[in-house]
Amino acid sequence: MVDPKIHLDKVSYAYGDNWVLRDVTLDIAANSVTVFFGPAGSGKTSLLRLINRLNDLVEGTQMKGRILLDGQDIYGSDIHVPQLRQRVGMVFALPLPLPGTIRENVLYGLKLAGIRDTSRLDESLERSLTQAALWEEVKDRLDDPSTDLSGGQQQRLCIARSLALEPDVLLLDEPTSGLDPISTRKVEDSLFALKQQYSIIIVPHSIQQAARIADQAAFFLMGELVEYAPRKELFTQPRDKRTEDYVTGRFG
Amino acid sequence: MSRYWVQRLGFALLGLTALAVVVPMLLVIGTIVVEGMGAISWEFITAMPSDGMKEGGIFPALVGTLLLTLGTALVAIPIGVGGTIYLAEYARDTWVSRCIRLAIINLAGIPSIVYGLFGLGMFVLFLKMGTSILAGALTLAIMTLPVIISTAEEALRAVPTEFRTVSASLGGTRWQGIRYIILPQALPGIITGVILGLLRAAGETAPILFTVAAFFLPRLPQSPFDQTMALPYHLYVISTQVPGMPLRIQYGTALVLLALVLSMNLAATVIRSYFRRRRQW
Repeated sequence: MVDPKIHLDKVSYAYGDNWVLRDVTLDIAANSVTVFFGPAGSGKTSLLRLINRLNDLVEGTQMKGRILLDGQDIYGSDIHVPQLRQRVGMVFALPLPLPGTIRENVLYGLKLAGIRDTSRLDESLERSLTQAALWEEVKDRLDDPSTDLSGGQQQRLCIARSLALEPDVLLLDEPTSGLDPISTRKVEDSLFALKQQYSIIIVPHSIQQAARIADQAAFFLMGELVEYAPRKELFTQPRDKRTEDYVTGRFG
Repeated sequence: MSRYWVQRLGFALLGLTALAVVVPMLLVIGTIVVEGMGAISWEFITAMPSDGMKEGGIFPALVGTLLLTLGTALVAIPIGVGGTIYLAEYARDTWVSRCIRLAIINLAGIPSIVYGLFGLGMFVLFLKMGTSILAGALTLAIMTLPVIISTAEEALRAVPTEFRTVSASLGGTRWQGIRYIILPQALPGIITGVILGLLRAAGETAPILFTVAAFFLPRLPQSPFDQTMALPYHLYVISTQVPGMPLRIQYGTALVLLALVLSMNLAATVIRSYFRRRRQW
């Protein structure tokens, strides 16, 4: 792999003395969908949150190792954390619209970044809602409260909200866990379209989803990276016995 | 007795205790309205007291209480709300922040007369403010702070953590999250706390006893360094210190004080319910 988008170098992470990630080393390619999967408590979400430093908000944690984004250590002292988070967007397991209208939600990040140019804001609004496959459904009610939307629409709104910042990397933590199959399909379709422009890392809500959308997949177990391979290889001929057991449904 | 009847009896008794809360309130308000209504007139509200306070109105006491409440608000709101934001949103759990919390809890438990004595020693004498609106407002502000801080902190903590996380994940600084999301959501709770705190300040006698209140001063204060009459203290004076005081003037004064405080209370309730209907979570 040439010039990985993100390079994880022996990353370990603990809440107090409880190490939830151990020595994870991993390269993530640009413009592709990388899946982190494994049973609950395997450290996937923690790892995701390390990549845009959302774990900074949690007290009493410790981290070892390095995470490089385009070759730059994101835990280095020269990193401006809010700017890092503009480059590395995050979508959460539950749709979490902010109070306010659909428009305000999508443009919130740009407002924080100090962008006031109306034509640019309007352009971003339409572009990101379109990318998230929500524009057609909301274009006539952009100033309605975001909570009027259905759960699936709210989650796509949250994706649009992250996309408005034009991030390099998009992190998604079980983004479809609360959604029905049709909404899930829409979200997955939009992800597929998005990978042309973005590097996507996703924690899927099921093995089936992992197998559907991954370009490459990383299997985690109890904080350890067990196996990391292109989709086909990992789901059809896994090298590790534990991966095989998990993807064939022998435990999980 | 079947368990059905046990339940009936139990809830009936509980209902009675709930009713018992309402009765004294109705009696207090009822008595004061019935006895005091006769005294209320435009003149009573807007005229200076005369003839040893047995005639005329309570204008300077009313103005004094309004000014004291305003002064208290000017001091207590910025310090209270600012301190709360710091404690609830920024401060980590260290021994310093724990000391501050302990101080706030203790501040809330101090009897109001002790605040009065503190105000006398600190503001009136040591800082040489004299008995003045400034000294009184500062004393009342200190007394009001714990009320504002505890209710405002509760309001801030009621805003879901996820909003902070989302705001941060979109490149927001901690302050931007507070400014654009947390504060607007917590505002009704904070306003309620502020009003409840000020309401307590407006009705207190002990803290203003030695720091600002004038026994009889039939003119309006000209500066923050003047003394002033104030409704609660005036009520105390005309009820206990002036022989031959007509009962209706006492009740009339009580009615004005009560109306002032209850209308503030009502405002707090209206604000709270207005925002609660608009809230989306």
